[in-house]
Amino acid sequence: MIAEIGLAALWLAAALAALQLIAGSLSLTGKAESLTGTVRPVAIVQGALALLAFAALIALFARTDLSVKLVAMNSHSAKPLIFKIAAAWGNHEGSMLLWVTVMGLAGAFVAQFERRLPEKTMLATLAGQAFVSLGFYAFLLISSNPFERLNPPAGEGNGLNPLLQDIGLAFHPPTLYLGYVGLSVAFSFAIGALLTRQVGPAFAKAMRPWVLGAWIFLTLGITAGSYWAYYELGWGGWWFWDPVENASLMPWLAATALLHSVSVLASRDALRIWTVMLGVVAFSMSMVGTFLVRSGILTSVHAFAVDPERGSFILVLLAIYIGGALTLFGLRAATVSEGKQFALVSREGALVFNNVMLTAILGIVLFGTLYPLVTEVFDTKVSVGPPYFNPVGAVFFVPMVLILMVGPLLRWRKDSFARIAKVLILPVILMLGAVAVVLGIAEYRGIDGALPFVGIVLAAGLAIASLLPLRERNLLRTPLTTWGMVLAHLGVAVALFGMAVESAYKVEKLVAARVGETTSVGPWKVELRGIEPVPGPNWTAIEADLLASYKGGATSAVKPQSRSFWTPPQMTTESALLTRWNGQLYAVIGDEAQDGRWQLRLWWKPFVTLIWFGGIMIALGGLLSLIGRVAADIRRGVARGRIADRHESRAQ
Amino acid sequence: MSTQGEGRQKISPMAVWLPLFLFGVFFALVIYGLASPASRDVESAMIGKPLPEFALRPAIADRPGLSSSDLSIGEPRLLNIFASWCIPCAIEAPQLETLNAQGIEVVGIAIRDRPDDVAAFLARNGNPFSRIGADDVSAVQLGIGSSGVPETFVIDGNGIILYQHIGVIRREDLPLIMDKLAEAAR
Repeated sequence: MIAEIGLAALWLAAALAALQLIAGSLSLTGKAESLTGTVRPVAIVQGALALLAFAALIALFARTDLSVKLVAMNSHSAKPLIFKIAAAWGNHEGSMLLWVTVMGLAGAFVAQFERRLPEKTMLATLAGQAFVSLGFYAFLLISSNPFERLNPPAGEGNGLNPLLQDIGLAFHPPTLYLGYVGLSVAFSFAIGALLTRQVGPAFAKAMRPWVLGAWIFLTLGITAGSYWAYYELGWGGWWFWDPVENASLMPWLAATALLHSVSVLASRDALRIWTVMLGVVAFSMSMVGTFLVRSGILTSVHAFAVDPERGSFILVLLAIYIGGALTLFGLRAATVSEGKQFALVSREGALVFNNVMLTAILGIVLFGTLYPLVTEVFDTKVSVGPPYFNPVGAVFFVPMVLILMVGPLLRWRKDSFARIAKVLILPVILMLGAVAVVLGIAEYRGIDGALPFVGIVLAAGLAIASLLPLRERNLLRTPLTTWGMVLAHLGVAVALFGMAVESAYKVEKLVAARVGETTSVGPWKVELRGIEPVPGPNWTAIEADLLASYKGGATSAVKPQSRSFWTPPQMTTESALLTRWNGQLYAVIGDEAQDGRWQLRLWWKPFVTLIWFGGIMIALGGLLSLIGRVAADIRRGVARGRIADRHESRAQ
Repeated sequence: MSTQGEGRQKISPMAVWLPLFLFGVFFALVIYGLASPASRDVESAMIGKPLPEFALRPAIADRPGLSSSDLSIGEPRLLNIFASWCIPCAIEAPQLETLNAQGIEVVGIAIRDRPDDVAAFLARNGNPFSRIGADDVSAVQLGIGSSGVPETFVIDGNGIILYQHIGVIRREDLPLIMDKLAEAAR
């Protein structure tokens, strides 16, 4: 019964999305004024119905209703409840339902609360939103119905990919989805603005919180995903330039550029065309990413249910939305004026420069990700990895960081470097100091080996420079948005420092150790005390009992495992981490060698945790900005309401 | 930077179509990629080449060891790379039994293993092998282009590697293996 309610709600929501699209589009032509009033309520009810469908799916998974095919395929009665619920979106159908649900709710929210834009632009935006949703509803209902019944019901479920049975990962896909959906709202605003030729500050202000929110979730999603790959795959790396990782990085790069250009548009009425284009590109990148991941067109280390047919469906949606949006852009952009002008040396100039750099990095990542496809056209197989991405990306990343130090100190419209030169002395001194330190302790290892050291120097400079906008300010009166910017930029410096130091100074050791033997790795001494079998709820593991001590200090236990799951049968490594303020000891247990020795892989990774700590700071900076913006919007809304009331009472 | 200048500039009419053009290129590329789904497994560079020379000592007491000369005596052979410590190897054991029951001679190479462990593994999962060589340092394994366990090779009567199967042989892989063996017999 629950499954049928869910399916019915889904169909109804799809029908309402169609109505929202038709009513919104017709009222744009001015021929059906009577329909105008229906668009907003329809959007709200559509969101509620999608939520009902998703709630039904959660209920089915929580009860492990094995008469539903999706549950039987992806869950298991022996699984802990939290993972049963997470299994609802840990698969293709469920994740698509989550997507339309979040999208429906976002549409409902816009319909209920967004009143700043001209009504026509709003209707065009909501019609655009319905248009995008409709494709996903069609996808769900035609080719991936999550509520399909199984007759007869299965005896037991098929389990969940054990790699995914991890609390961090249960929330990783939804986080990214929230980001993608936020970008879809930004996309709809861009379409609405283009259709009605209303590309201006009001449009930017309406779009900004969605971009900011999406960007926060994308930042968190990438940070969490990177940490997951780091400790769950057991390879000791935190970024592999894998297609799936790139798929999440590309929308983030586009959203970062969009975030900055939408701010310029909102406060300075400049960069109109650029902002609209980035709005289209950012959502395109999330669609392209989803397509690349789901279609299996590229091979990846991440286990994903790959299905070429579904890939084709996403590709068709991609062609309609992105092809359509870019055609509209081509038709309309030439008629939109650029907006206010500014000098090269100005805050706008710095933002534009960095936007171009971000876009260039985006192009590099996209090209590198697709390159294996390009060469396949010529019948050669290649894989593109760090030797391409790191140095080529650095060509644009290094100037970007340099400008990032200066940009926030510049004035809007027109400024000179001479004015801020005095302030910049501090970061420059620090960078020169870092150069001296780095040259003192490092041997030359070629261009590739030099990059981490460049990173350390840049991180040192940026850390100080990012704090400079706070100088000579009353910290209590500094707006939340400024704090947000400072924190996010400081987070970039912190993450960069972690990446660079880890790359330059990590120590790796692979040993075959006998029980009782002690190995050293960097400043650590690690003793293998024993190997024990450990039973788990749906796995058994072999656990190494290690005792680690840092520079001869107090000892702590470290227990890496090699787990065997039995539904479905699969082996995973559970790395063990020992965290200090200045880095992590990373231990993985491998196979048993023939003579009773065990393979142990040990890493000392100095300051590696700063990578994710920096990522969280970046996201928190975004959150502060978002709170600042929304609070200001609400204050302004209340004030406007009061003025309107006063006018009304005077009129009576 | 196009933003510097006098008055309200408009963007060049060519530039606004550039994103659509790039998207078109992307679209054409993935359509091509989807239309010609190439196999993405990394194949051994040794396919079509003769086995390297090797002679391995017996891995267990009751089966002879394996040398390259045992694999070029006019009959095709199925060469299975396994190890007692490899859990997926136990999963593919019934398929090897099936192949053996159909009259196919299966030979094995045990990787980094101890005689007692191999014997226990075979006692538990069945022993389809006529010969088992012990490769203690993975030298032969790497020499024939295998990087993991389990892997299975079809060798023709002249000691030429005809086919490499990476990973577990599942039930549905059996027809393919049989085809390759028939091809090797020709």
